[in-house]
Amino acid sequence: MHNVGDWFDQRLQLTAPVRATMTHPIPRETASWFYVFGSAALTVFVLQIVTGILLAIVYVPSAGEAWNSLQRLNHDVNLGWFMRALHGWGSNFMLAIVVIHMLQVFLFGAYKFPRELTWIIGVVLLLMTLGMAFTGQVLRFDQDAYWGLGIAVSIASRVPVLGSWLVGLLLGGPIIAGATLSRFFALHVFVIPGLLIAFVGLHLLLVLTLGVNEWPMPGRVVRRATYLQEYHQLTHEQGVPFVPTAVWKDIFFSGCVLLSIAACAAVFGPFGPGGEPDPTIVQTAPRPDFFFLWLYAVLSLLPPSLETPALLIGPAAALLVLLGLPFVSGEGEKSWKRRPIAVLTILLLAVALGTFTHLSSRAPWSPVMDAWSRAPIPSQYLKGRTALERQGALVFQAKQCHNCHALDTHGGQRGPALDAVAVRLTQDQLIRQVIQGGGNMPAYGKNLSPAETTALVAFLETLHPAGQPPARDASRDAALRASADGSSSLPP
Amino acid sequence: MTVTRRAFLVKLGVGFNALVGALLAVPIVRYILSPVSRARRPGYESWLSLGAVEQFPPGQTRLATYRNPVVNPWDGETATIACWVRHIDGGNFQVFAINCAHLGCPVRWFPQSGLFMCPCHGGVYYANGARASGPPERGLFEYRYKIDAGHLLIKAGEIPTPGRLAASGTERSSWA
Repeated sequence: MHNVGDWFDQRLQLTAPVRATMTHPIPRETASWFYVFGSAALTVFVLQIVTGILLAIVYVPSAGEAWNSLQRLNHDVNLGWFMRALHGWGSNFMLAIVVIHMLQVFLFGAYKFPRELTWIIGVVLLLMTLGMAFTGQVLRFDQDAYWGLGIAVSIASRVPVLGSWLVGLLLGGPIIAGATLSRFFALHVFVIPGLLIAFVGLHLLLVLTLGVNEWPMPGRVVRRATYLQEYHQLTHEQGVPFVPTAVWKDIFFSGCVLLSIAACAAVFGPFGPGGEPDPTIVQTAPRPDFFFLWLYAVLSLLPPSLETPALLIGPAAALLVLLGLPFVSGEGEKSWKRRPIAVLTILLLAVALGTFTHLSSRAPWSPVMDAWSRAPIPSQYLKGRTALERQGALVFQAKQCHNCHALDTHGGQRGPALDAVAVRLTQDQLIRQVIQGGGNMPAYGKNLSPAETTALVAFLETLHPAGQPPARDASRDAALRASADGSSSLPP
Repeated sequence: MTVTRRAFLVKLGVGFNALVGALLAVPIVRYILSPVSRARRPGYESWLSLGAVEQFPPGQTRLATYRNPVVNPWDGETATIACWVRHIDGGNFQVFAINCAHLGCPVRWFPQSGLFMCPCHGGVYYANGARASGPPERGLFEYRYKIDAGHLLIKAGEIPTPGRLAASGTERSSWA
C-alpha cells in the first residue's frame, strides 16, 4: 500500500504541498462555528454538480419534451424524484448558505485590506449563484418558467437602445420556445458552472494565500502599513493548524447541511414541475421561486413611472456598492461592535427583504381571479336586506368586484376591503367611485346599467359595522329637507 | 533598445495568434448574434389566420390561438400562441396580445365586468385595451389585422415586450 502511494507521489509530488496547505496556520479564534459557511457552500456546490449530472442523464432540453422528461423523472425513473428533490433543495440551501457566508464576511470585516479581491470574487460568485437559481427555474420548464422568461425579457426590453437586441439574444428567436430552453440549458449546465468552478478556485486560492480573516476584536484597527505583520504574528506565533483544529467543525457542519438537504428532499419532495408550459393556457398565476419573491413584490409595488429606472439602475447601483465596498472602507475597525452603520444596513436589508418576501406569499396586489365565482358574500351581509340590496350583492359578484375587494377577509386585496365602506363614502361618493373609478380602480360606467349601479350602491351602503352609522352628506340632507318644506332657506 | 531574435519571434507568434483569434471571433460572434440579425432580415413576422370571421361574434371578446410562423420541430406547445380577439362591430376588430404590457404575464378577459386582468402584478385593462389600473404604463399590445376571404388575419410572430414598441408592428399607430 505504502509502495503504491510512494510510486504515485514520486511522479505527482503532491504530498508535501497538500500537507503544507492542510496544516497551514490560522488565527486561534477562527477555529469557530462562525467560519464554517464557506466550506459548506462548497460542499453543496459539489452536491449540485453531482445531482445535476445525474439529472442530465434523463432530462431532455427540448421545449417539446422537457416537461415530459421531468414527469418521467418524478414518476417512472427509480428515485428520479429524489434526485430532483436533492437538486432543488440543494439549490435553496446553496443560496441561503452563500448569503449567510456573505453576511458573516461583511459583519466580520473580512472584505478589508488585503482581502478586497476575495470579496469581489465572492460578489461575482453570488451573482452566478443567483444566475444558476434563475436558469435552473427555467429548466424546470413549466408555466412558471415560461412566464418567468416572459418577465425576464420584458425587463430586458426596457434597456435603452439595446433592449430588443437583448430580448433576441435571451430568447434565441422571436418567441419563448425551443431555442430559448436550449440556450438556458447551455448557460445552466456549461457556461455558469464552468465560470463558477474557475472563480471558486480563485476564491479558495486567495483564502489560502492571504489567510483566513482573524476574529475581529474591537479596537484592533486594520492599517495597510501594519496589517500584514500583525496577521503574521497572529498566525505564526499564536496560530493553530487548520487541520485538525478547525477543519472538524467544517466537516461536521457540511455533514449536517447535506443531511438537512436530504431530509427536506425526502420529506417535501421535488419542486414541480407545475402546469405544462402551454402559452394558450391562460388560467395560470405565475409565481417566482422563493429567492426572487422579494423582486416580485418590488415590481408590483413600485409606481409605474419609477419602475423602469429602478429596474435598470437599481441592480447596477447595488452591484457598484458591493464592488466598491472594500475600496471605500478598506481599512479601519473590523468588529461589528464598532460598526453600527454596517449592522443597521444589514438589519434594514433583512427587514425589507423579509417584508417583501412575506408580502409576496400573499400577493395582495394581484386580483384573486376566481373570487367572484368561488368566494360567496358572507351571509351576515345578506340577512334582512331588501330585494334591491340583495340584487346589488349579485351585481357585486357578477361584475368581479370581489376579485379586488375583500368582504369578511375573503376575496382580493388589490383594493380596500369593503366591510365598512359605507362609513367612509357617502352615497354620492360611492356612485362616483363605481362609475368613474380612480385611485387605481377601473371605471365601471360602461359596464353597469343605471339599475345595476343603483342596486350595487344600495348594497354597498349596507356595509357598515353595527352601531356605526353610514356616512351622510349633511348638505344633501339639508337640501332635501328644504325642498320637502317648500320654503327654502338656502340660496337658490 | 535592441530586440533579441527570440523575443521578436515570441512577439511575432503572439501577434500571429491574435490575428487567428480575431479571424475566428468573427464567425463566433455572428453565430451568437444570429437570432438578432434574423430579426432584421427577413424578419419574424407574417400574416397568420386566426380562423373564419364567424368564429368571433360581434360584441364579444374571445381567445384565439395561432401557430408561430418561425418554428422548430422541437418547440412543442410553446409555438402555439394565444391572443384576445375583440369583434367591436361590423368587421371592426381589435386583436390584443396575451402578454400584459407591464411584464408579459397572460391577461385574462372577464366579459361580465368588461375587463382584462393580469394575475401577476395586478394590471387591469378596459375592453378596448386601454389601461385601467395597476402597474402597466400603457394599454395592451395590439396586432395589425386584416380580413381576407372571410378569415381574420393578424401580423404576428414575435413576443411583444414593453421596450420593443417602435421596432415591432404591434403598435396600432403604426398601422395605416
